[in-house]
Order: sequence, then C-alpha cells, then structure tokens
Amino acid sequence: MQETTLTVNGKTHTVNVDPATPLLYVLRNDLGLRGPRFGCGLAQCGTCTVLMDGRPIRSCILPVSRTRGEITTLEGLPEDGELHPVQQAWIDEQVPQCGFCQNGQILTAAALLETNPAPTDDEIRRGMNPILCRCMTYFRIQSAVKRAAAAMAETEADR
Amino acid sequence: MSAGHGVNAIDRALRRWEGTASRRDFLKSSGLFVFGLSALGAAGEGLAAQPAADGPYPDPDFLQLDSWLVVHEDGSATFYVGKTDGGQGTGTATRQMMCDELDIAFDRATVVMGRTDLTVDQGGSGGSDAIERDAMVGRRIAAEARRVLLEMASERFGEPVEELRVSEGVISLASDPSRSVTYGELVGGRRFDVALTGANINQAGGVASIKPVQDLKLVGQSIPRYDIPAKVDGSFEWAVDVHLPGMVHARNVRPPFAGATLTAVDESSVSGMPGFLRVVRKGNYVAVVCEREEQAIEAAEGLAVTWEKPATAPFPPSDDLFAYLRSTEPEPRSGGRGAPQVEGDPDGALARAATVVEAAYDVPFQGHTAIGPAHALADPSDGQMTIYTNDMKPYSHRTGIAEFLGMPPEEVRVIWMEGPQLYGRTAADDAGFEAAYLAKELGRPVRVQWMRHEETAWDTKGPAFAIDLRGGLDADGNLVALDYRSRIANYAHVGYNQARTVLIAQLMGLRPERPVPGGAGGPDEMYHVPNRREETRAVRLPLVFETPLRTGNLRDPNGPQITFAAESFIDELAAAADADPVEFRLHLLRGAADDDEIFRRARSIAVVEAAAKAYGWEARPSPARAGGGRLLTGRGIAYAYRARTTVAVIAEVEVDRENGQVRVPRMVCAHDCGLVINPDGLENTIQGNLLHGISRTLYEEVRFDGEKVTSVDWRSHPTLTHRDAPERIDVVVVNGDPNPDRPDLRPYGAGEPSHKPVPAAIANAVHDATGVRMRRLPFRPERVLAELQAAGV
Repeated sequence: MQETTLTVNGKTHTVNVDPATPLLYVLRNDLGLRGPRFGCGLAQCGTCTVLMDGRPIRSCILPVSRTRGEITTLEGLPEDGELHPVQQAWIDEQVPQCGFCQNGQILTAAALLETNPAPTDDEIRRGMNPILCRCMTYFRIQSAVKRAAAAMAETEADR
Repeated sequence: MSAGHGVNAIDRALRRWEGTASRRDFLKSSGLFVFGLSALGAAGEGLAAQPAADGPYPDPDFLQLDSWLVVHEDGSATFYVGKTDGGQGTGTATRQMMCDELDIAFDRATVVMGRTDLTVDQGGSGGSDAIERDAMVGRRIAAEARRVLLEMASERFGEPVEELRVSEGVISLASDPSRSVTYGELVGGRRFDVALTGANINQAGGVASIKPVQDLKLVGQSIPRYDIPAKVDGSFEWAVDVHLPGMVHARNVRPPFAGATLTAVDESSVSGMPGFLRVVRKGNYVAVVCEREEQAIEAAEGLAVTWEKPATAPFPPSDDLFAYLRSTEPEPRSGGRGAPQVEGDPDGALARAATVVEAAYDVPFQGHTAIGPAHALADPSDGQMTIYTNDMKPYSHRTGIAEFLGMPPEEVRVIWMEGPQLYGRTAADDAGFEAAYLAKELGRPVRVQWMRHEETAWDTKGPAFAIDLRGGLDADGNLVALDYRSRIANYAHVGYNQARTVLIAQLMGLRPERPVPGGAGGPDEMYHVPNRREETRAVRLPLVFETPLRTGNLRDPNGPQITFAAESFIDELAAAADADPVEFRLHLLRGAADDDEIFRRARSIAVVEAAAKAYGWEARPSPARAGGGRLLTGRGIAYAYRARTTVAVIAEVEVDRENGQVRVPRMVCAHDCGLVINPDGLENTIQGNLLHGISRTLYEEVRFDGEKVTSVDWRSHPTLTHRDAPERIDVVVVNGDPNPDRPDLRPYGAGEPSHKPVPAAIANAVHDATGVRMRRLPFRPERVLAELQAAGV
C-alpha cells in the first residue's frame, strides 16, 4: 500500500492502494465513478477508456502509480454544466443499445475531434476502430461523430 | 441496505416515497406489496439512507391493478413491468403503449422493470416478446385504469361516462370543459383496489377494451429512449456499479482443462496476500475472496491448484467437429424429438427430379462474448438474499438461486439492473448464483465478476450445426423436393437459471435429474414445396457437463445457423434453375394460395418484394460475370420469418481476391413486425441485428483443441469492428397485412428476426460476386482466400 495522488475531473484525490493497482479499480471503487467499466482487462476493447491529458488510455492496464497529469472520465466531459457536443450528438442520434461500451466510444470520439476537427469517413472508422461494441452500434456512432464535428465547427464559426 | 457511494436509483426513490407518505404501510396492511414511485423520485436526491424494503419478498399479485400501475398525487404514473430491456428500448416502447391507453403524456410516467419484489413475473426477457405479448398486457391494464378513473369522475360529476372527455390525465365534461378533475385528484396516492381477471399473467386484464390503432397518439412516434441521457453523461447506474458497505470481491478459478478434477488447493500460496479473506472450494468450484477487487484478481491468478485431466478427451478439436457430428450416432429419438417431418414423397420426388442438387453446410459453436463479463452482487443481510444482477430473467434467477441455496423463494429477491447486452447469455447468469453462494458462505455482501478469458471460454454457446441438404428440380426448374437433415451439437441445454445446470452447480457435481438433448426446428420460411423432409438430431459430445461448450440460447436461437444453410441452398437451387434469386423465392412463396391467420405468406411476399425494390434489384441469375479487378462485388438476398415477423435482407459485398477479406458496404432490410411502436427504436434494433449478423458471418467461431477452448479474448475470438460497418443501411418497414389499417393491428417481435437471414444473404452475395459458394461459417479471410484459389478466381 502506498499513497498516490491523482487529479480526476478537476479534483485532486489521494488514495492508499498498491501502486500496481490498475487505475480502473481506483476510479470505480475508491472514487465511485461509473463511466469507465471493465470489459477485458487486456486493453483490447476500450470499455475502460479515460482521457489522460486529453489522450484516450486504457485504465484497465495502467498502474495507478503511473498516471500523470489530468484524468478525465465520461462524468468529467461536460463543461459548465453543458454536455460535450459528442455527448449531445449521442443523444440526438440515439446511439446506444445496451450502452455498456459507449463510455469508450464517446471519449475516443471527443479525443479524435480534438486532434482532427473535420475527419473523413475513413478517418472516423480508423480512429474509432479500437473501441469494440457488441451491440454493434457502429453505424450510429459514426453518424454521431459526424454530427458532433458539424456542431463543433458551427460553434467555432460563431465565435 | 444503507448507502454506499452508488445506490440504486429505484431504491433511493422508494426510500423517498416511504419518507413522504404512508402508502407502503397502507398497502402492506392490505396484504399488497406495491410501492409508489413518483416521476420526480427516480431522480431524487439528498435522501436519507434507510432500509428500502425488509424481507420477505412475496410475489406481487398480478390480479390486482395496483401491482401494475400507480397514479401519484401529482397525476404522474409509475408502470411496473416484469420485463428487462437489453438495449432495444422495450422500456420506452412499453411506456409509450401504456401512456397511450391511460391517456397521459409520455414524460408523466416512469417504468420500473425486472424487480422480483416489485414487478409481477412476466418472465423477464426472451423470445422478442416484450412488445408483442407483455406490453399488450400493459396496454390492457392501463386501459382498465383509465376506465376506472372515468367511472370515478362520472360519480364525482354525477354525469354518465359518455359525457366525459379525457386528455393527458385530465377528465372534463364534454358539455362544460371548465368542470374537470385530474387523475391525481381522483386516485393519487391511493389504491385503485380493482381486481383483474385472467388465468395467468399473460392473460391479465380488466373490463376495458384497448384503443383502436387509429386512436393511439404516442404509439408510432420516435420518442427518444429515456435511458440514453444517463448512459451518455456517466450517471447511469448499472449492475456493475452497486456498492454496499462491507462488500468484498471474489474471482473464480476455472479448470484449465475441460472435465478436469480438482485434486488439491494450496491456500498458503495466497493467504499472505494483502486483503486475502478466503478460498472457497466445493467439488471443482473454486473462488478466492479478498477485500479489494484487484486483490481478488491477483489472488485468483496466484492460487496454486492441482487439476487432473479427464481420462478421455472432452471433445474433438474444432477442426474435426463437423466430421464428428456427421459420423457419430445421434442421440435416440424420444417423445417425438428428432422424428423427421415429412410431407409428400420426398425420396420419390428426388428420384424423379430432372436435377438434384446436394450440399453440406457447417456452422461452428459461436459464443455470446458480451462486451462486459458476467457479474453480480449478493447481499445476505437480515437472513435474506438480495441479488443485483443483469440476468435477463430475474424471476427464474430468483427461484433457481433459492433452490440452489436451500432458501424459501420469498426470502430471495433479484433486482435487475442493466448490463452489457443480453441476447440469451444472461438467461442463465452464472455470476448471480456464485455471488449468492459466496455471500452465504462469508455472511457479507460479495461481488463476483468474471475475467475476459473466463467469459469468452466459459459463457454459453450457440450450438454447432452440420446440415446436409438435397433438392430436386423438375425440367422446368420448379423445386419439387427438399430434404433437410441436420446434426446439432446441443446436449444438456443448460436451460434458464436452473439450480442444477448453472456452471457453479455443474462444477459442484450437481446434475439435472433428466439431461435432455437439445433440439431445433427446420427452416422458417413459407415456401410451397410439395415434397419435403426435415430432420434434426442431437449429437452428444463426449463431455456433457462441466464443459465450456455448454449450449444456451444465442440471439434467435439456431435461426442464423439453420437459415444460413437453408437460404444459401435456395440460391444454389435458383442457380441450378438459371433463375433470379428473388424471382425464384417469390415463385415458391406464391406457389400455394392459402395463408395462415396472421397472413405470414402474404407478409413474406411483401418483404421480399420491398427489399428488392429498395435495393434496386436487377433480375438476373447468380453469379454475376466476374470483373477483372481486385475487388469483386455482388449482391445476395435471404428471407425468413421468426414467430410472426417476416424479414428479407439484401447484402452487397466486396470480396478482395488478393487477401480474401469480405466487406459488406450496403444492406437493405425489409421488416414486417405489424404495428410499429417506436420507428427509430425499431431501426436501431434492426441495425444492431444486421451488424451482429455480419459479425457472426465473417468472424465469430469458438476454437478448441482436444482439451480446452482456445479462443479466449478479442484477438483469438475476433468481432466486427468500426472498420467493417456498412456505409449504408436501408431499413424498410413493411405492413403487408391484407388489411393494413385494421384497428386491432398487433405489434410482433423485433429483437431477433432480422438477425436470422444475414449469414445467408452475405453467403449468397459472395457467390454472386465470385461464383464461389461458402458453406462453412465464418468467412474469415484465410478461408475465403483458400476457396477463391481452389476455384481459380
């Protein structure tokens, strides 16, 4: 056991756990967050995705002692009480079926649009490909990413 | 239960209710256990933590209106639905139907689903029947509540019911709309105290009639699903999220070889680990319990266990499976099971046929492989047992666990919460049994979650099939005989939550009294073929129990396997007759003039025609003349029905002749499920069915050597990914009823039917593109490439 300090969704937390503990279990069981969920524990499916300094990472394999910078989970994505445009697009397109994987889909889409605000269809497919969905909502996810990109471009143009 | 940092929203709401009204005591004193839940309460906050409901937990009485529907003081309503929503939006659709009958706005109602202590036993999910059957009960109940409310208003105004009008929960006098009363004023916070009739839950209802379709306002609208916002902002509480004070974590230790016997456990190998609490062992079942989740994972990995391999191989390697199925004597026929269905004289007709076509099709075991593995939390507080689970059939989960633990059912309650899909896997949810067993052993709440390798190797499997077909064409190309013979690796079907067949029970040495070979029907189509034989026989693999190849219902159980063979073979016959595949099917469907009571033949013709029209189908025989490029394109159709729903699917494929990769850039699905409740929800469900079907067609296969399953994660058991999603999907909603405006048009199931024709549609498209007939699923690139090269394509 060892004290580890981490910043999650803008708040600083100190936990006393084995430093090898994957970040996922700390987020879920110590901080009570629900966004990241266990899917495989092998970094293969993306259900456990969180953002570390804006980049999507697999919290199921990252030791808590190796977290750096700012961790953002699905709960931390809205700004000033407003849903992130990607989250809004997910509602507008009625994307989820069971919804269990959508944490990883939404965070990965948000990160994708951060680095590439106007992705082509092929770039969306390649960018989203690492995140699996067993209800197979891929078709709607891709539509929602395009919708979010358009909404974000419009907001940018209004500024 | 007191609050941990994640408490079920319904429990919070129930506490709120109890804190604000004496309703519970009132209902309790009347012998009813019906709890009100205000619309506001579901999102309630700042609630005092206090026990939600002490046991025991008797069944809600399905013959009482109050068990199904509660009207609150503010005029909002809560519907109690004994079903579970697997992400197809059945909760939203049920709410639409019940609000319509009750005559209140959609946002004035909430739905509580799948809690054995609060909702009547409608069986949970299965068979795509939530809307077709169970929500129709809900409609009748809501209609009865509206009738009773009208009578109450009639009494209050001293005017006959005929003089009253209802709009969104307000009843007014037709002659003087200023005189009005709300539902809340009439019955809010009080019981209806109205008895229902019906020999069973599915027949429950009152005196009132349901509305004609033309009077429904919410039905037919694409109302957004109520569960999606919380799933998108991270606030949704899943079964995996429940935390209870004092709860601990368990992980299972599975046999490394199928049929292995545990000979020794060295507890000292883990007893010094931090947080270690117990090793629990009974028979071949082993679990490790620790304070923290990551500790349980590490301890389960580190536990030294000695296993002895079985004397005989549990099953043949997956590459030898189909030869095994065809060469092994099937299980004896018993009680009509396995007896061939014969019409006309198939052997004579085949002997006389101008052309006889024969083909053999193979479908491997396919897993459910949910995106999140099995999990449950069991709480043994107060001598009762509460299980938080995503089991899709919470009622049988409850009775199964009660029997397994030797507890009276009323001391056990199951609280269904959402989880990673269902599709049949959670009809026999092993984790709930394991959590309950361990919670009883430890005397404190225990949470169990499987690991990925465990889930992919040991979840229930869709059975493997080996199917042999013969068909005879006369000189004019008419199909005159069809002989379907299948062998199915489906022994000791695990059933639903049975105390002796869930995995933990098998590993503990329990066995069902009478193990029964599984069975399957024949092809689900309405073709007129004068001479037919259909025979399905179960073949037993050497290891029947404690096997990772135990079978269970997998979305549209057996349908995709059977239809892959049957509808591929129809295309083979069409090709032999030099006929267009759509025309060939329509000819077979039109061959008989009679139809059944739900017009399945007419509605089959309607979907085939609608799919062809939507696709822009050009009539010609398959295969197309192959072009010379790297990518070969083709289109294929397949059609089927499931229960009362008819569906036709057209797939367009691209086959890469250099690497064997198959892509499906476009799909069309024509779908007749009668009355459509929520068009967008239906479309989402169909899209999921189609893509799940592509995944099973192109990638999914359970692989095993002679002693264990070797496909254990997303690399060894691949699934469809974003890259493979079609670029275009056209869903055509068809109403092929001869009287499409009938006021009593019913909804039929939609959760599974469109899954069924997908593998055959893709196989037919691959044949159209390449001239190569793929007769074994899945069409992984290396297998396609080998077939292309063998055919010189």
